[in-house]
Amino acid sequence: MVEFIQHIINGLSLGSIYALIALGYTMVFGVLQLINFAHGDIYMMGAFVGLFSSRWLGLAAHPSLGSLLIAIVCAMTVCALTGYLIERLAYRPLRKSPRINLLITAVGVSLFLEFSGQLWLGADPKFFPEIFKFDGGLLKWGDIVLNPLTLTVLIISLSLMALLHILVTRTRLGRAMRAVSFSHDHAALMGIPTDRIISATFMLGSALAGAAGVMVGLIYPKIEPLMGVLPGLKAFVAAVLGGIGNLTGAVLGAMILGMSEEFLVGYGSSAYRDALAFAILILTLLIKPTGLLGHGKVEKV
Amino acid sequence: MIRWILAFVLALIFANFTQSLTGYEYVNSILIYAGINALLATSLNLVSGFTGQFSMGHAGFMSVGGYSAAWLALNLSSHFPALTTDPVGSQAIFLICILFGGLQAALAGYIVGLPSLRLKGDYLAIVTLGFGEIIRVIILNTQAVGGPRGLAGIPSWTTLPWVYGILVASLFYMWRLLQGSRGRAFMAVREDEIAAASVGVFTTSAKVRAFITGAFFAGVSGSLFAHSLSYLNPQTFDFNRSFEAIIMVVLGGMGSLSGSVLAAFLLTGLRELLRLLKDQGITELDYRMVVYSIALLVLMLTRPKGLFGRLEIKDLIPKLFGGKAT
Repeated sequence: MVEFIQHIINGLSLGSIYALIALGYTMVFGVLQLINFAHGDIYMMGAFVGLFSSRWLGLAAHPSLGSLLIAIVCAMTVCALTGYLIERLAYRPLRKSPRINLLITAVGVSLFLEFSGQLWLGADPKFFPEIFKFDGGLLKWGDIVLNPLTLTVLIISLSLMALLHILVTRTRLGRAMRAVSFSHDHAALMGIPTDRIISATFMLGSALAGAAGVMVGLIYPKIEPLMGVLPGLKAFVAAVLGGIGNLTGAVLGAMILGMSEEFLVGYGSSAYRDALAFAILILTLLIKPTGLLGHGKVEKV
Repeated sequence: MIRWILAFVLALIFANFTQSLTGYEYVNSILIYAGINALLATSLNLVSGFTGQFSMGHAGFMSVGGYSAAWLALNLSSHFPALTTDPVGSQAIFLICILFGGLQAALAGYIVGLPSLRLKGDYLAIVTLGFGEIIRVIILNTQAVGGPRGLAGIPSWTTLPWVYGILVASLFYMWRLLQGSRGRAFMAVREDEIAAASVGVFTTSAKVRAFITGAFFAGVSGSLFAHSLSYLNPQTFDFNRSFEAIIMVVLGGMGSLSGSVLAAFLLTGLRELLRLLKDQGITELDYRMVVYSIALLVLMLTRPKGLFGRLEIKDLIPKLFGGKAT
């Protein structure tokens, strides 16, 4: 039972990382109907920005919550800028072209980030410095032993999600984003600068992925330029599972995915861990293609 | 028809001639590789370019074909060692292995295609990517084909005449298929699925048929590849290979068989050029994937239809083929 609860908490922590990435996918899909393949690589960039900022700012010398937050803010800023540049240079010129061209461009951007990263940073894994340390050691609550890191990651991601929720539901920018995702043309007629809103959406999503990158660097301190591929795909699966375009759905799907992975590794075999996400994706698309919380759309001529 | 027979004979003569030259083994190996890539690219073009179903897991079918052919060849040569050393017998067995690899890949294409082709566009792309990964994980965990150690000692039967003979024959088959009613149905599905369905095209069966045919030829190219490299491991057919096939199709033009062949030759040449740069010590880094991805981005932003668009080489140089441009 104790083990079971620990698996649940680890699963939630893993799921919250997937959720941060999945939110970016689902937001971009909401406004552009585009699967931003490069999203997983932005998350990779977040991890590397965290690494370099802690190196340059000397954060590893004072491991604390403050250092972690500084690294996260740096990563979020750089990733937001990258997201903006990608949207501006690669996706905006293709706004009017067929979907398949946009898809191929997205794949191209993703591979460009991965392999130019490999070129500059080297393909060998780098070690992420320990910028957060909890002095009290492991947290004990009865028989349940918790790693404070896991808990911190969970809390930070949940707060980021809460911030995003407030932003989307309570602010002018959020309202504009929802309008754009409803219809570009109608939003433009109401005086909403669609291109700017789309850029803002990209920046927001990328910033969340950057934060996820830093926190993953803390938990699994080996980072390399291709590390974004699998988590990116898994987060996409989470977004589809929850119903793509739906923010709550993305978080729900990510939590389910994180827990099922944790349980598969804990009680089953880890050999098929990476195939699990794809199996979930295929099942979702076959049984309920709109996802758990998504709305169906009838295709018309 | 006569032109195709002529092309077949010419390809065989050319291949035999090139092969008989001594001191050109390196060029020969590149030509073999280019031919295999051309077959892979055209088989993907059938699915992505002509039927409009963007697939990102094509390397999976190549690996199924390659592993099946290699497995059969290894088993046959351990049971009938006399037959495999015999020059005529080994050629016959090679043909059987190639067909076996192709058929296995076609079977995999059917299993993958039937559920996933209900999806469209981006979803289909991700699901095929996922199936490609699943195929790789399954091979990684199958001990009969060596698992993570890979499969070594595959007889190296692939020669230039084999590659180019099969390439021309496959191109002929695909060309005729696309001229016929079934191929027209593929293109109708690409243009507009609802319109195609309303004039009586069974869109699902057209898509699955295109997928199976594409998988078959990808499997054939995998068999040729396995028997030229004589060593396979699951990493040989990872996502990068699928991506290589995609960029060949996009560069050549989605919907142009000759474009894919040309692009396969160009990119294989480019790859060797970059490898030369590395070997000569001019640079120590592997620029291949970066160059590919930049090429893809530039292509999409400036000339999204690729080199040939939907035209074939006979439309571009009509005089050579004695016909009018269409």
